[in-house]
Amino acid sequence: MTATTESVRTPSAEFWRKFKHQKVALIAGVFVALLVLVAVFAPWIVPYDAENFFDYDKLNARPSREHWFGVDALGRDIFSRILMGARISLAAGFVSVAIGAFIGTILGLLAGYFEGWWDRVIMRICDVLFAFPGILLAIGVVAILGGGMINVIFAVAIFSIPTFARLVRGTALSLKHLTFVEAARSLGATDATLVWRHIFPGTVSAVIVYFSLRIGTSIITAASLSFLGMGAQPPTPEWGAMLDAARSEMLTAPHAAIFPALAIFLTVLAFNLLGDGLRDALDPRLERR
Amino acid sequence: MLGYIAKRLLGLLPTLVIVGLLVFLFVHLLPGDPARLAAGPDATPETVDLVRRDLGLDRSLPEQFARFVAGVVRFDFGNSIRTKRPVATEIADRFMPTFWLTVWSMAWSVTFGMAIGIISAVYRNRAPDRIGMALAVSGISFPAFALGMVLMQLFSVQLGWLPTVGNDSWRHYILPSLTLGAAVAAIMARFTRSSFVDILGDDYIRTARAKGLDERHVVIKHGLRNALIPVVTMMGLQFGFLLGGSIVVEKVFNWPGLGRLLVDAVDMRDYPVIQALVLLFSLEFILINLVVDVLYGLINPAIRYK
Repeated sequence: MTATTESVRTPSAEFWRKFKHQKVALIAGVFVALLVLVAVFAPWIVPYDAENFFDYDKLNARPSREHWFGVDALGRDIFSRILMGARISLAAGFVSVAIGAFIGTILGLLAGYFEGWWDRVIMRICDVLFAFPGILLAIGVVAILGGGMINVIFAVAIFSIPTFARLVRGTALSLKHLTFVEAARSLGATDATLVWRHIFPGTVSAVIVYFSLRIGTSIITAASLSFLGMGAQPPTPEWGAMLDAARSEMLTAPHAAIFPALAIFLTVLAFNLLGDGLRDALDPRLERR
Repeated sequence: MLGYIAKRLLGLLPTLVIVGLLVFLFVHLLPGDPARLAAGPDATPETVDLVRRDLGLDRSLPEQFARFVAGVVRFDFGNSIRTKRPVATEIADRFMPTFWLTVWSMAWSVTFGMAIGIISAVYRNRAPDRIGMALAVSGISFPAFALGMVLMQLFSVQLGWLPTVGNDSWRHYILPSLTLGAAVAAIMARFTRSSFVDILGDDYIRTARAKGLDERHVVIKHGLRNALIPVVTMMGLQFGFLLGGSIVVEKVFNWPGLGRLLVDAVDMRDYPVIQALVLLFSLEFILINLVVDVLYGLINPAIRYK
């Protein structure tokens, strides 16, 4: 019993050991954390009401000390709208991917563990979902259910499902024949125990990496749908919808377009950099590089 | 090889049937009565009934599906509610602008993406790699519609070098295809890099170097060929991304293509057009993936016998 705490390498300690060397991903992580704080507390920190404050004397005014990001064509404070927009974009990205990951992981575990009919049916569903280019599927859902942010979240969730299902199925297939699973089985463990206690934990790291990378994609898709006029409706301060509104004012008020564009870019960039860092720290295949 | 293609085609059938069924059911999933939608808001009940019988909406669902499939095979999707013209004509008018836009985007994004990927892999962890990968991660993080607006503002409005909207000459294609291709180029660069890094560590590359071959020969002749296999697959998947992305980019540049047609159709609840376009987009996507599978079999014979 001479083992010191340093020689014990739990998976989380091992992860942190690798992750803390990735400065870019660390900074991205801090940025994401700040964004989440801003999104949560936005209603209390915005200088002006994002939807109902109109400064008619300053239509399309450039950024100033009073209005940090300037004023839009209707006299609303762009800085306040960006902050409130963070709530919408983060919620859309996070909730849709969470739903997709949850359903996809369960389907993937079922397909990978039981194989046979489960596998065939689930993979066929995934093939069909994959047969529609992502945003097209979302547009189809919106065409049926109508516009609005809730339907957009639902639409984006649907096309996240097959990605997670395939990913988890692949991992589950490779894990189920490993010795520790066979050993547990020979001890009389039930299917449920094998799946949840022994196979599911092995898929978590891959799911976390995809989760982070998918959030970026989902934020872009949700913003794209709003830009097309199918998502958030005016006066909601959604970043994509703000860009669409700024389109006609590009000559007189380019700042009305630049700040929402920057907001989407930086947010998605942070999630992508964080996802890259997580992958490098969690993916054992990359160790030799 | 023919047997392999036949097997892949057969494997597609169930997917095709389900996709067709979903697109067919789409009309019945819409809230409200499809006959009333087609007849228009001001139609009398008699007209709605007439339209219902005219469109065959009074028949049983299986019968309607059979008629739908028979129509699709003859490229007959009915008439657009908005323009009253046949949907097939509407689509034919809009097909080529979108086709060329996607082809140009693909061409340059593959060229630039692979070049950046290869350079990054060869100069791994040095300045060219860092710059290339910073560009790439920015490329996948910048939404196409925002990029399009920025490019248009810069090159068309401020500098006046390129036209803003429309598709009258080759110069009109430059900005939209750059906008559409940027994300794909970024994904290709990242993917090519990781595929190349894997391969450059392999034994036969070391052997090639040990033989005294110059580095360019090693990278291009030995590396590129093997690194291409996963890259080709990725290309096929990205085509779907381009098809979807074109919907957004066409709105920014007011492009008279299929994407704009779809957005307008969703706005106007012009469901025959939506139906036909969703079917067309997914068919294209399925076909491209089939072509990729076949290419894959050509490049890597081991796949064919699995």
